[in-house]
Amino acid sequence: MQYLPNILFAVVLIFGITFFVKNVKKLLRNIKLGKAVDRSDNSALRWKNMIKIALGQSKMVRRPVSGLLHIVVYVGFIIINIEVLEIIIDGLFGTHRLFQNYVGAQLYGALIGTFEVLALLVFVAVIVFWIRRNVITIKRFLNKEMKGWPKNDGNFILYFEMVLMTLFLVMNATDTPFQEAGIGNIVSQYIAPLFSDLTESTIHLIERGAWWAHIIGILIFLNYLYYSKHLHILLAFPNTYFANLNAKGQFDNLASVTNEVKLMLDPTADPFATPAEDDAETVPEKFGAQDVSDLNWVQLLNAYTCTECGRCTSVCPANQTGKELSPRAIMMKTRDRVEEVGKNIDANGKFVDDGKTLFDTIATEELWACTSCNACVEECPVNIDPLSIIMDMRRYEVMEKSAAPQELNMMMTNIENNGAPWQYNQMDRLNWKDEE
Amino acid sequence: MNVPTMAEMMAQGKQPEVLFWVGCAGSFDDRAKKITKAFVKILHKAKVDFAVLGTEESCTGDPAKRSGNEFLFQMQAMTNIEVMNAYEVKKVVTACPHCFNTLKNEYPDLGGNYDVMHHTQFLKLLLSEGRISIEGGSYKGKRITFHDPCYLGRANDVYEAPRDLIRKLEGELIEMKRCKRNGLCCGAGGAQMFKEPEKGSKDINIERTEDALEVKPDIIATGCPFCNTMMTDGIKNKEKEEVKVLDIVELIANAQDL
Repeated sequence: MQYLPNILFAVVLIFGITFFVKNVKKLLRNIKLGKAVDRSDNSALRWKNMIKIALGQSKMVRRPVSGLLHIVVYVGFIIINIEVLEIIIDGLFGTHRLFQNYVGAQLYGALIGTFEVLALLVFVAVIVFWIRRNVITIKRFLNKEMKGWPKNDGNFILYFEMVLMTLFLVMNATDTPFQEAGIGNIVSQYIAPLFSDLTESTIHLIERGAWWAHIIGILIFLNYLYYSKHLHILLAFPNTYFANLNAKGQFDNLASVTNEVKLMLDPTADPFATPAEDDAETVPEKFGAQDVSDLNWVQLLNAYTCTECGRCTSVCPANQTGKELSPRAIMMKTRDRVEEVGKNIDANGKFVDDGKTLFDTIATEELWACTSCNACVEECPVNIDPLSIIMDMRRYEVMEKSAAPQELNMMMTNIENNGAPWQYNQMDRLNWKDEE
Repeated sequence: MNVPTMAEMMAQGKQPEVLFWVGCAGSFDDRAKKITKAFVKILHKAKVDFAVLGTEESCTGDPAKRSGNEFLFQMQAMTNIEVMNAYEVKKVVTACPHCFNTLKNEYPDLGGNYDVMHHTQFLKLLLSEGRISIEGGSYKGKRITFHDPCYLGRANDVYEAPRDLIRKLEGELIEMKRCKRNGLCCGAGGAQMFKEPEKGSKDINIERTEDALEVKPDIIATGCPFCNTMMTDGIKNKEKEEVKVLDIVELIANAQDL
């Protein structure tokens, strides 16, 4: 019987981790629904970007208030996880504060003391975050895409963190030997008196309760990630690694189009040539993106990485002037759609056409409002590229459906006819030199 | 004015130092033509051996590409590349950031490899080589603010070349609240120049003009013919015509009384 807690702990741990691994596999499968794109070049620069931007939070602090608060929560999250390691070992082997035996009371006290201070700072930062989201009017948290689940999701994460930090501090405050030793209880010593009237066994019960709730809470949080915008704590790293390294103004040249254009410009090409044998069977590649499977895997990774902070939308010239477009909403709708396709595959074994596409949720009005100014791309703290999705969807609209706005059709006709977006004679191109 | 074409140069067996890519706006738009001419005056003054393609130049395809018409873009690109490669063009300078971006970043993949510069970068180079001098006298005490074109700034990380030139003019360079990488678009990019904006509460160029007017400038300096149009329209809308919208190359040419 004495091993019951250990066994119970192992079961909870294995269950929590198995479920998480299952979801990670699903996540990877969904990301791989995207088309291939080569991002294996220049690994030195990619590592550097990841270290600077994801690990070093360099783009977060461009907005100092939220940036610094975020660093507090982020550093707290990473460092307090050392404590989780001890909790797991203690839980599995029935030990108590095992690390103390190895690192000595002083160092252990210093470590726990640091965790306690961080826990308090995280708690305070999270309260400020909650106030920013729910009390103060900060426009980017109030856009229309932030109603319902996205808003609740943001708050749930904050409540989770508040509860976890509280449990951690209560656990320390009710650990009588730890309080008696008096090393490292920097914060918890002020919480301990709250429990001083209780009997020793009750205090011990609270300590065990907090300990269990803390670790179970962490496992629940871990499994909540997949369903939440909070995935960014994991995906920010691969996302910054695989992000585009070219100049932001450089849009990719579609290779499928290059072949067609070369054929068109080739005077020796035979338009009546019979296509090669296997060509007749293959479906010609779609131009641009109609659905998530027409996007590349980095764009889908982008969608899962987005934590809906809305910095992109807050700098978008179209959004600021009241247009429908919100780069954040583009990312959210892309993720929703890839999730929907994923569930379809889960249910049917393979994707069965559901008659839906990205265009069901992303209106062409949003796409055509974009000025391709790259403000959203520049602003994203984890190098997400909403612009590339907008451009790929425009390509579908224009090349597959011929559905460009009428004025753009005129502009394009002019380019075709006279080599300029306006209706001027190409032969007049140099007239300016003789004009006064 | 004397503007040699590549064809004329070739007929004389000459190869110019640099091709001046004029662009559609620079060739046809009445306002942008003034920028083109100001730049040519400086090229003459600096004795730069240049030529234009003239009637052999055609749209780079930028607005088609940003509209999603990759076919038309690549048709334009390949045609232009064929012309430029036939003339063995090595170096290109243009006063349009859209042409600059497309020629520099999107042509190499299709076989067009050139050393492409925006005119502000080129002017800075001429300055550092001592081929031109910038006299600042006439701008002393003038407040000049620079509006970053998206396709020069964020798209290609060129922020300092235009500012260095303005500083040389001895005017007072004042920055808008949103500048450099945080600069707000004028509203013309992504082929918006050629269509009415989508439904909204305000036009982007008005928003940007307000940014500029906030710092009480005498001159709004630009480096893009489309930004120039948008800001000029914004100024008209605000009835603040005493504020001049001028391309940097015009500022320099005016200073030298060219």
